[in-house]
Amino acid sequence: MPTTVPGARGEGGPPRRGRARSLNVAAIAAADRFFLFVVHAAVGLFVFVVGLLFVELVRQSWPAIQAFGFKFLWTSQWNPVTQQFGALPLIYGTVVSSAIAIVLAGVVGVLAAAYLAEFAPGWIARPLGFAIELLAAVPSVVFGLWGLFVLAPFVRTILGPFLQHTLGFLPIFQGPISGVGLLTAGLVLALMILPTVTAISREVIVAIGTDLREASMSLGATKWETVARVVLPASRIGIFGAIVLGLGRALGETIATTMVIGNRPEIAASLFAPSYTLASVIANEFTEANGALYVSALVELGLLLFVVSFIVNGAARLLLWIVMREKK
Amino acid sequence: MTPERAAPVKSKVGLRHTTSIAGTFLTAACASIGAISLLCILGYVAVQGFRAIDIAFVTALPVPAGESGGGVANGIVGTAITVGLAVIIATPIGLLSGLFLALFGRGWFPEVVRFLSDVLSGIPSIAIGLFAYGLLVAPFRHFSALAASFAFALLMLPLILRTSEEAVRSVPRAVREGALALGLSELSATMRIVVPAARPAIITGLLLAIARVTGETAPLLFTAFGSQFWELNPTQPMAQLPLQVFTYAISSYRSWHEQAWAGALLLILAVLVLNILARVVLTPRSQR
Repeated sequence: MPTTVPGARGEGGPPRRGRARSLNVAAIAAADRFFLFVVHAAVGLFVFVVGLLFVELVRQSWPAIQAFGFKFLWTSQWNPVTQQFGALPLIYGTVVSSAIAIVLAGVVGVLAAAYLAEFAPGWIARPLGFAIELLAAVPSVVFGLWGLFVLAPFVRTILGPFLQHTLGFLPIFQGPISGVGLLTAGLVLALMILPTVTAISREVIVAIGTDLREASMSLGATKWETVARVVLPASRIGIFGAIVLGLGRALGETIATTMVIGNRPEIAASLFAPSYTLASVIANEFTEANGALYVSALVELGLLLFVVSFIVNGAARLLLWIVMREKK
Repeated sequence: MTPERAAPVKSKVGLRHTTSIAGTFLTAACASIGAISLLCILGYVAVQGFRAIDIAFVTALPVPAGESGGGVANGIVGTAITVGLAVIIATPIGLLSGLFLALFGRGWFPEVVRFLSDVLSGIPSIAIGLFAYGLLVAPFRHFSALAASFAFALLMLPLILRTSEEAVRSVPRAVREGALALGLSELSATMRIVVPAARPAIITGLLLAIARVTGETAPLLFTAFGSQFWELNPTQPMAQLPLQVFTYAISSYRSWHEQAWAGALLLILAVLVLNILARVVLTPRSQR
C-alpha cells in the first residue's frame, strides 16, 4: 500500500509511479515557476493600477491645470456659466466640515477607546466595540438620509437655536439656521469617522505594554490617573495617527455630505450657513457638466482630493507604522 | 496635630477616587455615544423602512415621480450584479497579492505594496469613480455597470489584500514547511495546505470587503449611472439600489422619501447580515 501525501493526490496520479515521478519533477518545477509568476503578476498589476489612477486623474484634469494653474486653489468664483473655476469655497467647506468632525470625533473617539481598552469589563467592551464597528459599516447614503430627515430638523429646531442663544456672540453661530449646512455636515461626518478613530486608538492603547500601567498603579495612581497621565500620553503618536486617518475619511466623504451641506459654493462665517465640499461638487455636477474645461476642472477637484488624502493617509500610516514597530 | 493633618490627605484621596470614578463614567459615556447613534439610526431606518416596504417594493420596477407604488427590483438586481462582478475582479488579484506579501514579505517592494494598499484604502471613493469614468466610460461614450464594478474592485482590493496576507501569515510556518518537506510543490503547499487553513479569515475579509462596497454610492453616479428599466447587461447603464436611495432622498416627493427609507432598510440589512456573517465565519478560530 503506497502511502500518499495528503493533498498531493491528483498531481500526475498514483498509477505507474516510476515514470510519473520523473515527469512530475519537471511538471512541479514548471507549476511552481508559473505560480510564482502569477503571484508576482498580481502584485505588479495592483501597483500598476494604483499608479495608473494618479496618471489618469492628472491626464483628465490637464486642461484645467493649464488654464488656471495654482490660481485654481485660491480664487473663489465657481461659475460654470462664465467658465470660471476657483476651488476656494469648496476647499473652505471641506476643511471646515472636516474640522468640526475631527474635533468632535477626536475627543469622543479617544475617550471611548480609553474606556474600551482600559475600564470596560469584557462583557461590556465586546458588544460595545462591535456596535461601534457596525456604525462604520452603515452605508454613507443611509447616514445622509438620516442626517437629512432627522439630524437637520434637530439642528434647525433645537441645537441651532440653543447654540445661538448661549454662544450667539460668536460669529460662527450667527445668521439664519436652515438645518442643512456646515454644522450638520460636520456632525454627520463626526459620526462616520468615530469608529475609525475609536478602533485605531484602541489598538494603539492596547499595544502599550502593561509595565507602564503597573508601574503607575504601584506608585499609587488611580486608574483614571494612570490612563490620563501615563497611558494616553504614551500612546499619543498613535492616537494622532488615528485622528489623522479619521480626517482623511472626512475630507473625502461624498454622499452623506452632499445630502446635508446645502450645496452652495459660498464662504460664510456662520456654521449654520450652507456650503459645498470638493467631493459634493463632483457628485452633483459631473454628469451634467458640459464643455471640456468644466469636466476637467471637476476632475482636478478629484485629483486634489486624491493628493490630499494620499498625503494625509500616508502620514497617518507612517505614524502608526512607527508606533507599532516600536512596540514589537 | 496628627488628626488635623490626616484629614486633608484623606479628603484628597477621596477626591482622587471620585475623579477616577467620574473619569470612568465620562469615557463610558463617550463609548456609548457611538452605540447609541447606531441604535438611533438603525431604529429610525427600521421604523420608517418597515412602514414603507411591501412586496411590490422588491418585485416591481420604479414608477414615475408622484405615483404611488413601484419598487426597486431592478436596483437590487443591479447592485447584486455590480458587486458580484467586483468580487470576481478583486478576489484573485487581492488574494494572490496577499499571498505574495505573506510569502515574500520582506524588503522594500512588499513594504511599498503594503503602503500603497493602505493609502488606496483611504482614497475617496469619488476619486476612484472619476478614474473608472476616465478608463471605462469616456472611451466608450456610455455609462456601464462594468465601470462601477471596476471602481468597487479597487475599493475592495486593499481590504482583501491585507486580510489575506494576515490570514496566510497566521498559519504556522511549520505547516507550510512540513508540506514542502513532504515533497509538495510550492504551488500545492500553498493552495492545498496553507490557503485552506487560512480560509475562514480570508472569507471574513472578503465578506467585509463586500459589505464595504454594498451601499457605496459616490462612484456609481458616473459609472453605472442608474436606469429605469430592467438592465442585466453589465456593459450598459444599470439601476443601483444606493443610487435610487440617494435620488429618492433628495427629491421633493413624499412617496419617494418613503421609498428611500425602504431602500435604506434593505441596504442596512444587507450590510448587517454581511458583517455578522463575517463574525460567525471567523468565530471558531478567534475563540481563544
